[in-house]
Amino acid sequence: MSTDTVRPPLAVRPSTGRVVGPLAAAWLVVEAKWTWYRKGWRATIGSSILMPLLFLIALGYGFGTQVKSGAATEGMRYVAYLAPALLASAAVQNAASESTFPILAGFKWQKIYWGIGATPMSPARIAAGELLWISMRVLISGTVYLVIAMLLGAMSGLGVVLALLFATLCGMSLAAPLVAFSATIEREGQQFNNIFRFLVLPMTLFAGTFFPVASLPVYLRPIAWLTPLWHGTELTRAAVFGRMHLWPVLGHTAYLLALFGLGAWLAARQFQRRLAV
Amino acid sequence: MAVARVRLVGGDGALVSAKGLLKSFGEFQAVKGIDVEVQPGESFGFLGPNGAGKSSTMRMIACVSPRSGGELSVLGLDPNIDGPKIRARLGVVPQEDNLDVELTVRQNLQVYGRYFGLGRAHVKAKAAELLEFAQLTDRADAEVDSLSGGMKRRLTIARALVNDPELLLLDEPTTGLDPQARHLLWDRLFRLKQAGVTLIVTTHYMDEAEQLCDRLVVMDSGRIAALGSPAELIARYCTREVLELRFPPGEQAAAEPKVADLAERTEVLPDRLLLYAHDGEAALAAAHNRGVRPLSGLVRRSSLEDVFLRLTGRTLVD
Repeated sequence: MSTDTVRPPLAVRPSTGRVVGPLAAAWLVVEAKWTWYRKGWRATIGSSILMPLLFLIALGYGFGTQVKSGAATEGMRYVAYLAPALLASAAVQNAASESTFPILAGFKWQKIYWGIGATPMSPARIAAGELLWISMRVLISGTVYLVIAMLLGAMSGLGVVLALLFATLCGMSLAAPLVAFSATIEREGQQFNNIFRFLVLPMTLFAGTFFPVASLPVYLRPIAWLTPLWHGTELTRAAVFGRMHLWPVLGHTAYLLALFGLGAWLAARQFQRRLAV
Repeated sequence: MAVARVRLVGGDGALVSAKGLLKSFGEFQAVKGIDVEVQPGESFGFLGPNGAGKSSTMRMIACVSPRSGGELSVLGLDPNIDGPKIRARLGVVPQEDNLDVELTVRQNLQVYGRYFGLGRAHVKAKAAELLEFAQLTDRADAEVDSLSGGMKRRLTIARALVNDPELLLLDEPTTGLDPQARHLLWDRLFRLKQAGVTLIVTTHYMDEAEQLCDRLVVMDSGRIAALGSPAELIARYCTREVLELRFPPGEQAAAEPKVADLAERTEVLPDRLLLYAHDGEAALAAAHNRGVRPLSGLVRRSSLEDVFLRLTGRTLVD
């Protein structure tokens, strides 16, 4: 029959769209974020390294003159003791701010996740892309802080590279569960204030950044041990001070990886629940 | 032609086929077992009041919302298994714009195209073409925030075309737009239809359905109340003309018995009496002869709106 070969001119012309692989998909989210971010990246970098630098200068160089080197500072100048810990602390703070309002905005204010969800991208891949983006932000801010701290003479040695990776892992071990939490928020995000007030701030004060957890009252120490920041601080100091002992390093790393893994799984599941209703 | 279509698409030839399709949210059943088939190249409408289940149905067809029961195939594939594969070939215009308002108009198109696995050079060229199509070329580098509602809607439609979709889903595409913007959009959608793109549209605007749809279903509380072309539905559920008699409030009910036999059906509204008749002028003259004196008498052709109101009732749905 002649009609067998007749194709309606455009009716079933194949679409150009295709499904991209999981890694490429996460990268596309980063690409989209970068499209927006590149306009104002200088200001953002500035604000995300301002805090640790202010702390380094005011507490490390200023208040540090009042602190005697001793067992509590691992025998170092206070500023040298503080500098690697601030790397981890800044990672946690930057990770927290990137994992809260930007995620809520994607679901609630701009609703761009629904737009992306209509493409071949799956909700889990969008979540993975967000986490990849946050890790890059944390890594880049950490690098800038690191370079400045080294120029100031507060840190030195090749261990800083490892410290940077540990700090990023530390930030992500908080970011992943926070992204999962942010994806559950339906309202305006007042809950985030509580996260910053009662989780992030106490963590930065008491998880071993400014003084050893050992100087806390006995009953408070376990709480500090639960925070990702304490593990991250132990790791960044170990890397910079060149005292990498196998088991502690493995233990801290495993704890942070576990938190990150659990958080990432929860985030993927929550993106799926929220978008595929 | 029908033979060729079957061969090209495979299976039963329908681009979308639903049997007993269900969607429930907890206790609430939004879609209560509907059967629908959309053929390649046609423009198909879902009409219904708010809460009829149109959007839920569209979201299931768009493979973003899992079905609660029944069968569904889109482009010959099962959304439960091949969701991403199907979505790669669809264009979706959601009810609520979800553009990235912090990006420019052009960036929105390019970034979105990348999610469909399209190369940078391809999306660049495609964006230029779509900007032209959506009459947004001169706003290409403006931020989306600065666009009017109609422009945003056109951009959302352009974005949905970035992957040259085989099936375009439009959920209330012109809600909230002024008449000029609506007519421009209709023109664009008609061009797509001419180019062979299959369209599925939900709307509660009857004129939109009459403009755009070859066939449509009227949905009401999760069920399909009627299926047909606009003309068929009018013929089946309505008369050719409607005579609208306007009375001072309260008097229309008294006039109704005097004229009831002049029409196939009458309807008493708070301020008007509607006579569904094949010849409205004749009915008006006959009413005058019987001494009925309305404030005004209007004869109009019946529209899909009359069908819609007959099938879904006049009660307000919020």
